[in-house]
Amino acid sequence: MQKYSIFNLVKNAFSNHENWDLAWKDPTPKEEYDVVIIGGGGHGLATAYYLAKEHNITKVAIIEKGWIGGGNVGRNTTIIRSNYMHDENALFSEFGMDLWRKMSQDLNYNVMFSPRGIINLAHSDAQMNAYARRGNSMRLNGIDAVLLNREQVKEIIPMADFSENVRFPIFGGLMQPSAGTARHDAVAWGYARQADSMGVDIIQNCEVTGFDVTAGKINGIRTSRGNIKTKKVGLCVAGSTNILAEKLNMTLPIETHLLQACVSEPVKPILDRVVTFGAGHFYISQSDKGEMVMGGDLDGYNSYAQRGNLPTLQHVLTEGIAMMPFLSKLKMLRTWGGIMDMSMDGSPIIDKTHIDGLYLNCGWCYGGFKATPASGWTFAHTIAQDRVHELNAGFSLNRFSTGYLIDEKGLGTKTWIS
Amino acid sequence: MLHIKCPYCGMRSQNEFSYGGDASVKRPELNKEISDEEWDNFVYNRKSLRGKHLELWQHLSGCRQWIKVERDTATHEIFNTYKADEEISQ
Repeated sequence: MQKYSIFNLVKNAFSNHENWDLAWKDPTPKEEYDVVIIGGGGHGLATAYYLAKEHNITKVAIIEKGWIGGGNVGRNTTIIRSNYMHDENALFSEFGMDLWRKMSQDLNYNVMFSPRGIINLAHSDAQMNAYARRGNSMRLNGIDAVLLNREQVKEIIPMADFSENVRFPIFGGLMQPSAGTARHDAVAWGYARQADSMGVDIIQNCEVTGFDVTAGKINGIRTSRGNIKTKKVGLCVAGSTNILAEKLNMTLPIETHLLQACVSEPVKPILDRVVTFGAGHFYISQSDKGEMVMGGDLDGYNSYAQRGNLPTLQHVLTEGIAMMPFLSKLKMLRTWGGIMDMSMDGSPIIDKTHIDGLYLNCGWCYGGFKATPASGWTFAHTIAQDRVHELNAGFSLNRFSTGYLIDEKGLGTKTWIS
Repeated sequence: MLHIKCPYCGMRSQNEFSYGGDASVKRPELNKEISDEEWDNFVYNRKSLRGKHLELWQHLSGCRQWIKVERDTATHEIFNTYKADEEISQ
């Protein structure tokens, strides 16, 4: 594989950049693989990469219905953080933070990781107490957390509404300084390029139409481009999890819901952090191009539409304007939607299943992007070793029936309000 | 914007309604032995169909009645609405 370096950049400049190698090939499916990963999103690509890199399993195929990076890995708001209270989520995400910090070097691909810090705003005394508790829990797990008072927040984000008579005054906030953003497409492309160079077949425009299961064991999959034999299948298809689960006669603690995001017209640098509104559901950061990147609530009813509805967008942006009034002057540039695999307790599932050789990776809700490296790493371990790693042991499928829920927000089973 | 026909009030905008989830889920009968699996299915497991989906909505800013709506989860087309206690022949 051609290494990306300043030397190669200069060298290729002399031939007008026309002689770069393709970043990944376009192979036809082989008859058999050791492992088949269904879903060529961030998690699937990362899983294939870590299978090859950490476990030396390279006879791997990624089967993608559309094109790689066309789903949620290209539709998120690029936020990376590990500000969780519960041990399972905190330790897993913090392990991921370490992978994020090394990712550009590891993949030889600039993923533009920018640890600019995230601030969760608090709008009441009770919320400050809750954030103090969450911050303390984070610090006990080795995650950086700083509780900020109103004046400290004002110093960092003076453009927020600090006037006297606002409905939701800013009392302070909880900051994780090491959190940040990354270029989401580069994450997909970087993993794809490295996985491909180690022998992984990335098969696009190939839909999985069925599974070959005999005597409780997986023997292969059926696709729109022919049958593929394999003893191990990893399912990483986010919002399409239930569609494939139905083909396996499985009913899962997952519902598919739509989440929208949007960007404004580009403006000069004004916001150098990720900020979330604490009295509703709204988050914002500024991209390197200058666009304000914003997101908030789910559309609120089961949806596979991959495009949103205006009432939710209006609701979300109203919260944004309440937090940062200058946003009302900006024109909206683009809006889009992605379909989320909302789990019943808000935490993911990375586990084996009752079918031998079938592994499940789903339930990311809206936290999927930041989990990309840790999810791929632990899922690869689970598939290669046929047992869960201690980092994903808590994300079991049977935690719902056994009562070991990881309900970070305490919202219960109403997935559409989380 | 969805437009939902409330069986009591007629066609209203989505903003007047609150969502209540999958209407095909049935609570296990009382006074009967219930296995953990049945309970698990009732509380957590959902089909989350792509296509026709029968779901509960409440006309919260209207008559406050719960209703059932048959809606396509991919196109958002609404085929029919029913009163909550109405029997639906499939």
